[in-house]
Amino acid sequence: MSQFHHSIRPFMKFQFTVAPNSNRRAMTTNLPRPRTRSSARGPNTLWLLGPAMLVLIVWTQVPFLLSIYYSFQRYNLLYPDRKGFVGLANFASLITDPIFRVSLIHTLVLVGSVLLVTVAVGLLLAVLFYQEFPGRALARTLVISPFFVMPVVSALVWKNMLMHPVYGLFAWIANSLGFKPVDWLAQYPMLSIILIVSWQWIPFAMLLTLTGLQSLSREQLEAAKIDGANAWQEFRYIIVPHLAQTLSVVIMLETIFLLTIFAEIYTTTSGGPGLETTTLPYLIYLKGFNDNNIGIASAGAVFAVILANLVAIFVLRLIGRNLQGARR
Amino acid sequence: MSESKRPRWELTVLAYVVALIMFFPIFWMFITGFKSEADAVQLPPKLFFTPTLESLHEALSRSNYGGHFLNSLISAVGSSLLALLLSIPAAFSMAFYPTRRTHSTLLWIISTKMMPPVGVIIPVYLIFIRLQWLDNIWALMLMYTVMNMPVVIWTLYAYFRDLPNEMMEAARVDGANTFQELVNVLLPVSGPAIASAALLSIILAWNEAFWSLNLTNAQAQPLSVYVASFKTAEGLFWAKMSAASMIAILPVMVMGWLAQRQLVRGLTFGAIK
Repeated sequence: MSQFHHSIRPFMKFQFTVAPNSNRRAMTTNLPRPRTRSSARGPNTLWLLGPAMLVLIVWTQVPFLLSIYYSFQRYNLLYPDRKGFVGLANFASLITDPIFRVSLIHTLVLVGSVLLVTVAVGLLLAVLFYQEFPGRALARTLVISPFFVMPVVSALVWKNMLMHPVYGLFAWIANSLGFKPVDWLAQYPMLSIILIVSWQWIPFAMLLTLTGLQSLSREQLEAAKIDGANAWQEFRYIIVPHLAQTLSVVIMLETIFLLTIFAEIYTTTSGGPGLETTTLPYLIYLKGFNDNNIGIASAGAVFAVILANLVAIFVLRLIGRNLQGARR
Repeated sequence: MSESKRPRWELTVLAYVVALIMFFPIFWMFITGFKSEADAVQLPPKLFFTPTLESLHEALSRSNYGGHFLNSLISAVGSSLLALLLSIPAAFSMAFYPTRRTHSTLLWIISTKMMPPVGVIIPVYLIFIRLQWLDNIWALMLMYTVMNMPVVIWTLYAYFRDLPNEMMEAARVDGANTFQELVNVLLPVSGPAIASAALLSIILAWNEAFWSLNLTNAQAQPLSVYVASFKTAEGLFWAKMSAASMIAILPVMVMGWLAQRQLVRGLTFGAIK
């Protein structure tokens, strides 16, 4: 038991210090308004905050600590009696497993490509929908609708009705133009999933970017126009710099959410053909629920959390800064 | 001035074209839901056909659709109500009685939303086995409650924080205790915030498919899991699949349309204003 405690310490520290670290600096630079309020008459608010905190701590931290614990155990559900501490063996076998490396590459390809597509298209669409035109609200509503469709349904509609090699709409279009139809999910499985996931997430990028754009003063654009800037210069030198923070938030939040993509892969390719669309979350699912290998799956899970936390630190720092700025 | 107000017509047309392309898969699914199976797979695709409710009827009657719908309703609405019940007092106390630790507490709460579900699925699954909670819709509801609490707390907090402190002070002068402040002063003016937090939470829980796929298998299947069963050859019954999907996404899509603005605030935790 004692080695268990030693071994998790670095992870615990990592997990728990994210929030305090990110705001310590902000706290010292900006005296928070709260102090005066609470010291004047500080009723005991534990009964207000306590229940929510208790639920959150128990339901998020306990399972994660267990994940760490299992990652140091040999534990296969099929052989429950052969359980025991194995040190870093699970991590070692995971890292040397070529499938793990492949799944990691697939994860990066998926997240990276979707980011590229959604941020680029989202930015262009945001600029397009920034202007006022009749029926803008309706058109914008249509554009963002894919975001509200449950991932399982989007995956099914794309897989069966658009990408099906015989009956699918894409096949029909290819045929009528005289091309050979493509069996999307068999021939280009990763590209197909990137397409589906991008379709779902373009609205998110566009909506956030549009919100960021709307804080840009139209006077600034007018001034640039008077100074003789053309549309490209306006976009490059005024709009893009103004959106720098918005875009970084879009990129970071999307990364966190995209790292967990599961339903789309489960519904369309089940990680195949072969392992071509097996990402880290899907691999953990396979190791845990197909091979019943709790130890290896947990090692993968710890890895996934570290990966997400690397991004989360930056997001939280940004959120923390804005939180402070909002206080008057 | 007038020139910038009136956009070039090419760009307007482009915006409409893009909107139609983005919406097309949803539109295509909607009309396929009103076709017969034979019409659905016709090539060239039929845009004009005699609409029928046959596939809709088939989708609803051939399976326990009502049961799945009820499960989705319980898990999404139930979890949102429970999350509100826990979050309203928490957000109230952080907004009106902040302490030195409030700032880091809030950030910690947000950080739990950034934990990938796959990082905790194995222990949660084992705990569910131990407690015999697998395939239990109320257990899934609890899972969703925790999943959405960060978003709900944040949405409420951001709204409460902007309310004038004098409101509470006036109530206190009149002799109200903390509980009365919460119920008699705060709740009556918080309708919009509570509504948007609930809307967001329902949307996220209704569409969720990682926990539901792994923690339910028959009895407790919400719509997301039922619809996923079309991933087999069943998926070639397009009309039936479309009809089943249509009803599964319609309620939440309408909510999404209504919650467009709150969505940005709720999902970015105020990082974009």
